[in-house]
Amino acid sequence: MRRLGLLALRRLAQSLPVLAIIMVGLFLLLQLAPGDTVDALMAQMGGGSAEDAARLRAAYGLDAGVAVQLGRYLLRLVSLDLGQSAIYGKPVATVIAERLAVTALFMSAALAFAFSAGLVLGVLAARRVNGWPDTLISTLGLVFYAIPSFWLGLMLIVLFSVHLGWLPPGGFESVGAGLTGFARVLDIASHLVLPTLSLALIFLAIYLRLMRASMLEVMNLDFVRTARAKGLPEGKVLWRHVLRNALLPMVTFVGLQFSTMLGGSVVVESVFSLPGLGRLAFESVVQRDLNTLLGIVLVSAVLVILVNFVVDLLYARLDPRIGGAA
Amino acid sequence: MSPAVRAYLRSPAGMIGLLLLLAVLGAALSAGWLFPRDPLSLAGRPLQWPGQNPRLPLGTDNLGRDIASFIFHGARVSLLIGLAASAVAVGIGVLVGAVAGFYGGWVDDLLMRITEAFQTVPNFILLLVLVAVFGSELSVITVAIGLVGWTAPCRLVRAEFLSLRNREFVLAARGLGMRDARLILGEVLPNALPPVIVYASVVMAVAILLESALAFLGLSDPNIASWGNMIGAGRSVLRAEWYVSAIPGLAILVTVLAFSLVGQGLNDALNPRMQVAA
Amino acid sequence: MTASDDRSGAGRGGLNRPRDDTAPLLSLRGVTVRLPKGADRGFALQDVDLDLAGGEILCVVGESGSGKSLTATAILGLLPAPRVRLERGAICFEGEDLAAVSPARMRAIRGARIGMIFQEPMTALNPLMRIGRQIEEVLEEHAREMRREDRQARVQALLQEVGIPDPPQAARAWPHELSGGQRQRAMIAMALALEPRLLIADEPTTALDVTTQARILALIKDIQRRRGTGVLFITHDFGVVAEIADRVAVMQTGRIVETGPAGQVLNAPQHPYTRALVAAVPPLRPPARGPATFGPPVLAVQGLEKTYRSGGMFGRRRIVHAVRGVDFTLRQGETLGIVGESGSGKSTVARMLVHLLPADSGRIALEGTEIRGMARGAFRPLTRRIQMVFQDPFASLNPRRRAGDLIAQGPAIHGLPVAEARARAAEMLALVGLDPASAGRFPHEFSGGQRQRIGLARALAMQPAVLVADEPVSALDVSVQAQVLRLLADLKQRFSLSLVFITHDLRVAAQVCDRILVMHRGEVVEAGETGPLFAAPQHPYTQSLLASVPGRGWVPPAGEG
Repeated sequence: MRRLGLLALRRLAQSLPVLAIIMVGLFLLLQLAPGDTVDALMAQMGGGSAEDAARLRAAYGLDAGVAVQLGRYLLRLVSLDLGQSAIYGKPVATVIAERLAVTALFMSAALAFAFSAGLVLGVLAARRVNGWPDTLISTLGLVFYAIPSFWLGLMLIVLFSVHLGWLPPGGFESVGAGLTGFARVLDIASHLVLPTLSLALIFLAIYLRLMRASMLEVMNLDFVRTARAKGLPEGKVLWRHVLRNALLPMVTFVGLQFSTMLGGSVVVESVFSLPGLGRLAFESVVQRDLNTLLGIVLVSAVLVILVNFVVDLLYARLDPRIGGAA
Repeated sequence: MSPAVRAYLRSPAGMIGLLLLLAVLGAALSAGWLFPRDPLSLAGRPLQWPGQNPRLPLGTDNLGRDIASFIFHGARVSLLIGLAASAVAVGIGVLVGAVAGFYGGWVDDLLMRITEAFQTVPNFILLLVLVAVFGSELSVITVAIGLVGWTAPCRLVRAEFLSLRNREFVLAARGLGMRDARLILGEVLPNALPPVIVYASVVMAVAILLESALAFLGLSDPNIASWGNMIGAGRSVLRAEWYVSAIPGLAILVTVLAFSLVGQGLNDALNPRMQVAA
Repeated sequence: MTASDDRSGAGRGGLNRPRDDTAPLLSLRGVTVRLPKGADRGFALQDVDLDLAGGEILCVVGESGSGKSLTATAILGLLPAPRVRLERGAICFEGEDLAAVSPARMRAIRGARIGMIFQEPMTALNPLMRIGRQIEEVLEEHAREMRREDRQARVQALLQEVGIPDPPQAARAWPHELSGGQRQRAMIAMALALEPRLLIADEPTTALDVTTQARILALIKDIQRRRGTGVLFITHDFGVVAEIADRVAVMQTGRIVETGPAGQVLNAPQHPYTRALVAAVPPLRPPARGPATFGPPVLAVQGLEKTYRSGGMFGRRRIVHAVRGVDFTLRQGETLGIVGESGSGKSTVARMLVHLLPADSGRIALEGTEIRGMARGAFRPLTRRIQMVFQDPFASLNPRRRAGDLIAQGPAIHGLPVAEARARAAEMLALVGLDPASAGRFPHEFSGGQRQRIGLARALAMQPAVLVADEPVSALDVSVQAQVLRLLADLKQRFSLSLVFITHDLRVAAQVCDRILVMHRGEVVEAGETGPLFAAPQHPYTQSLLASVPGRGWVPPAGEG
């Protein structure tokens, strides 16, 4: 346990500079953006004189040097003040907090589905390399990888909502139905089936390919030969010796891919009108609400860091070689 | 090189991919000749189903645009953005990865923290930020897609360099008194490139998907015929005229599939499993 | 010897043939294994006949590619099917033909009645399973009636028997927490769990240091004596054969060329191939050398130090003194050996000498010039004076450059016009015994020994005063090793080169070196002329090192060619 604790501390310490780089990067982007807050305000007020602009700049602290502004900006971010959202008229932090739960649920569903289905299909493919199940699964993997998620979403809506009428075409839950308890859970679940499929398919393809390759690699390692030389039946060799070792790269990959998946939620949430973080990002671009957009960047970066942190700990639990140098 | 070419030709995935890619390339090259009119202009009555009008084999969308023309011209856009964006991504990735991996130490630490920062921000959200700040002209979009995609090739190159820089043949070259630039370019890089070349096909596929997603959301350059753009336009008529969204989606699927398959073929050719020597 | 000579009836056994006590424990008849198309030869094994009696150690010895490991794999039915499979032949074990039994029956025999140990103790254990659990697995599979507590008690007893200190702790340990030698002991415990009558050991000590090797060999011999286990021992090392074998079978390209009692095969080999192999083994006794006539010092090293630090914030800080206070002087025309086990710091010294690794402190004077701490740019011209030859003939040549370019590169860097550099490369190829016309070929088109010659040519093309050779023959088969060593001696003579020769192999050191430094944990524990040092080692570590050399009592008969 001490090993895991030390590892946790080290990982958190390593992510601090990364977060700092992101914040500085955001600030630089803001500096590069044509026009500043005052320009935006003046445009809203319908124009004004150069003196008005200068006065406003002084009021907002925009006349200070770049370094001073950077310092203030970082201080604000650290105190979780993400500024005011132009379109919602509320603090950005509040707007984001309202959207977080939907995205968290959606991400978990997509991740769980992609990981478990990818794992099972990868194992099935690796058990009979170059046999027909392998060919079929590998081909499906290639096709899945090439399907744009937003297009898949639309096609699923056409099939399952428009033609078959089985599943709702969008939204997070049935508005105004007043469902509670288990009925509400079922309702939300039925709303999440299509978005989850749309987002997860590409990742399923990635996991399945990785799992297959990883299984094949582990099967050629010496300790698998040792297990066979012990007289273990093939099932036990696979289950006890191959699978656990083959799982390690998969776990690493969850961390690496989570950020990409979060990015993918922007389009899918837009297709299915899910009121999550991704859709908020899209809306804020369309509405030119830079404050909200940068807030989302920061929050999603923190989310990614947290997920990677959990994944690292999980990995260290699975692999005794990590962390405690012997 | 000829054994590698032979290995590629023997890979079924590689050959199918090559054929598909040639088809997409053919569409891109013949677009101006087969469909000389602006693909964004009105070609006929809106929402004609495919096959309904022999002059418009794939029908028209809800804005009256010729879908076939749009698909052919869209191939140009996709290939162009795919190639240019991945050139940017792979270029930055190789440069940063090579320097980080070859020198190690604090240089590596610094560069890797920056790489991690880029990796930590979800790529599509970063893309949105870049578009929001710098606008959505074709050139900006291309560079932006390159900027969000360089981290994976960078990590790959760095890992290769880390393992190669202490390989005995590199030490031997250093022992002969070779300078760093020549060591990097002449000794390490050529041996680090095969996996990068394979990975470039993945970068290209991702670039095409990213651009189409941007266009789908209406955030790409509105003055170009992008497949994603038409899928987005088709959303409003999805219930009845779903073909408007379906057809350009298939075009994306085929193109991305082509790049993936070519990547697999390259992998079979350049990184054979049973390669005995280095 | 215990093996019966009348074994004609033993081979064609049915499935449930009654046990015949006069038959050998294991007998192979006409075992033939075909290789897939495109391999360098048609058969991996061709008509292999072998007999092993209970309680006997049979060494199967051969060079790489001889098929010796595949023989073991074939016996256990673990050939990499479907690419490689048994074509014909009988493998008779305790009256059953293993070539004909069902997979389920084969599994019941593997692990229970035939135990196996592999070469790489680092990779042969599952890294995610505790040692005790991995041993227990064998019991679980084959002795199902055993209760849990009994199994665990048995695991402790086994670990005790193979000489692992603190068995309860070792049973709880993960594989990475044990040293190579201890892991190999754990492997042996696993193989012995059900008291098999046959133990197959595939190069079990090749990856180990010489002192560890000696202890593992003693353990195997001890088990064989106590339990009467038959041991099929596969090795490439004639020293190991001399140490442990009762009988020997020599393999060459998939065939057995000679079998016989150990004493006979080692001291009076019949087959020309065996004779050549035995003659190539360097004797442990240094040859008599005339009085030293060396030139002035070319390389003087004083107080050389190198320390590695790892771990930082929140991690366990580790400090490793890789090299501590090393002093020596190399005179012109002399060969100085640095011997030691892995982790002794000998390779670190070599790399510091040629500026591939910065030394922390000390002095390195190359022909009177102090080079330690010199900037890389300033040292660059001096690379002409000191060159290195590396261990791995596969990794030390850039696979994408032609042989001629590899050799011409060095002189070209130092300003020789390209045409002249090429001419020198051709000259060097001829010098190391390769056809100058092969300059246009790529490294993978050469054999291991030929590549090592190219590496030598690359170094010599710089016309250095000092050559640092880091285990230059360790990766080569014994017959190739002898040729390369002869070439090295010849070149050294012709160019009056001074040589720093790093090796872990005391036999090689005895033949090659004029003087020897013995390194242990970063320090030089003993230094001296080769003859006296081998005859009367002073330091206890040197003594144990020499006492550990397998087959030290055996003097290979000198070959005639």
